[in-house]
Amino acid sequence: MTDLTRRTAAELADAIHSRATTAAEVTRAHLDRIAAVDTAVHAFLHVDADGALAAAAAVDAALDAGQPPASALAGVPLALKDIFTTVDMPTTCGSRILEGWRPPYDATVVRRLRAAGVVILGKTNMDEFAMGSSTENSAYGPTRNPWDTDRIPGGSGGGSAAALAAFEAPLAIGTDTGGSIRQPGAVTGTVGVKPTYGGVSRYGLVAFSSSLDQGGPCARTVLDAALLHEVIGGHDPLDSTSIDAPVPPVVAAARAGADGGLAGVRVGVVTELSGEGYQPGVLRAFEAAVEQLRALGAEVVEVSCPSFDYALPAYYLIAPSECSSNLARFDAMRYGLRVGDDSTRSAEEVMALTREAGFGAEVKRRIMIGTYALSSGYYDAYYGQAQKVRTLITRDFDAVFARVDVLVSPTTPTTAFPIGERTDDPMAMYLADLCTIPANLAGNAALSVPCGVSEDDGLPVGLQVMSPTLADDRGYRVAGAYEAARDAAAGQTLISAVPQMEVTAR
Amino acid sequence: MPTISRTEVAHLARLARLAVTDSELDVFADQLDVILTSVARVGEVAADDIPPTSHAVPLTNVFREDVVRPGLSQQQALAGAPRAEDGRFRVPRILDDPDDRTNMGPERA
Repeated sequence: MTDLTRRTAAELADAIHSRATTAAEVTRAHLDRIAAVDTAVHAFLHVDADGALAAAAAVDAALDAGQPPASALAGVPLALKDIFTTVDMPTTCGSRILEGWRPPYDATVVRRLRAAGVVILGKTNMDEFAMGSSTENSAYGPTRNPWDTDRIPGGSGGGSAAALAAFEAPLAIGTDTGGSIRQPGAVTGTVGVKPTYGGVSRYGLVAFSSSLDQGGPCARTVLDAALLHEVIGGHDPLDSTSIDAPVPPVVAAARAGADGGLAGVRVGVVTELSGEGYQPGVLRAFEAAVEQLRALGAEVVEVSCPSFDYALPAYYLIAPSECSSNLARFDAMRYGLRVGDDSTRSAEEVMALTREAGFGAEVKRRIMIGTYALSSGYYDAYYGQAQKVRTLITRDFDAVFARVDVLVSPTTPTTAFPIGERTDDPMAMYLADLCTIPANLAGNAALSVPCGVSEDDGLPVGLQVMSPTLADDRGYRVAGAYEAARDAAAGQTLISAVPQMEVTAR
Repeated sequence: MPTISRTEVAHLARLARLAVTDSELDVFADQLDVILTSVARVGEVAADDIPPTSHAVPLTNVFREDVVRPGLSQQQALAGAPRAEDGRFRVPRILDDPDDRTNMGPERA
């Protein structure tokens, strides 16, 4: 049988459900691939081979007994970002402060994956507490980009994206607070989706910035992402900001796009998300993608969202403010690391020593920025003003969505940058989120679909498609149509251009 | 434009319960100054009459029936504790030792 790790999730599900192969065989193939390449990629912080094989065996047993598949993805393996709680695996958030922590409960997303028969291979690397754009802020070392292992895979969900691009898993889960699903998708040539805020439960997603955090699907194709979206999405009473409405019909939309083109779809190109600071090859790939959308029948117009220019500074006040509050829970008392408890030091001293030892530099920076922005005397000028800018960004979206169905932009201004290039320059790192942040602040849906490689360095570029709140299906339709046209024009899928990984012996 | 001093950063670290080192303070003071100067750009926006948004989804309270539902057992809740004793979290002392006035905790806000 041809290499199972090169197949899409939809193909694997078909083969498993028709009994042409087994979930166990598919799982073993991916575990073997992880064993062969993850030394070079370091996408995983934890691999649970026994748990994955047991989950796969349960799917096979049910199918062999004649039961219908538990879901469209039953038996398909998945890589889970290490920010979702799991009772049977550690949950570290890429931080020393949670090293080896075994949560006493499963996240809702995890419960839904298990109930759907999705096989969880392990937990993926990430920037500590999802703060970063390169996965270099992980306490456990960086993940490498399968397109060029000297380069970053994006972040914070670099492990999930790299696992897909290295064919270690056909599906992954990420979280997107300022672009942490979409930007890694863009720089690894994979698909990443930030659903509408409230569309996927945050219960058991370790909080960074609660009003922005959103879990979502990652995959190598638009259809696979849509299939996963329908498994994890929907109302959850355990998350008070979960939207009590049906999941938008994203699978149907992805298929409709691939089959039917984009006649009658109005696409807005956002003026503010291009120009100075964007890599020329990224802009050219983006412009070619827009031409492709036009060729598919879309009506393309340019639109302006002037407040987007202030999205980055507003985000880097709001997210650190919420983070400084959320991360106060890491107090060395109830779980996680405790340092310096020598029976003479006070709780406060132990707390301060533990947080100093357990948090990395970026987490400390953001906690201090947030503490500053929330201080009396500064609150109105910083946090309060950022919240007003947030209102203006939402109004910009509302105004343009009255005229167009979706908005498009490059997902991130550059291709994958070299490991180490921006680690000493926080502001340069923050610029990676320039295009993705507006949708987090407004809460609407947005995704990244690969749109070729940049002619200046041969690395993948992402096309961002932004949709109105609860109209996630529009993005899937546009991305599905674009992906089909892109592959037809190239004669092959984009991801098949990833260099072969050097396979190391076990 | 805001500038933040090394002393102010030390104060922030204390408020945030981060026992940062002297060399960290040097680095953080420079970096926080750059970051805060950059994000202060939000002040350029004329927004006096604009209501703030705290949350993307406007929500009022979410209600449910007041019924018992499963929670964590005592054992589960304590499973990750750095130290536990008699079914409770064991924590370092929370009061200053009256016999040792030199060993005061970090100053209180």
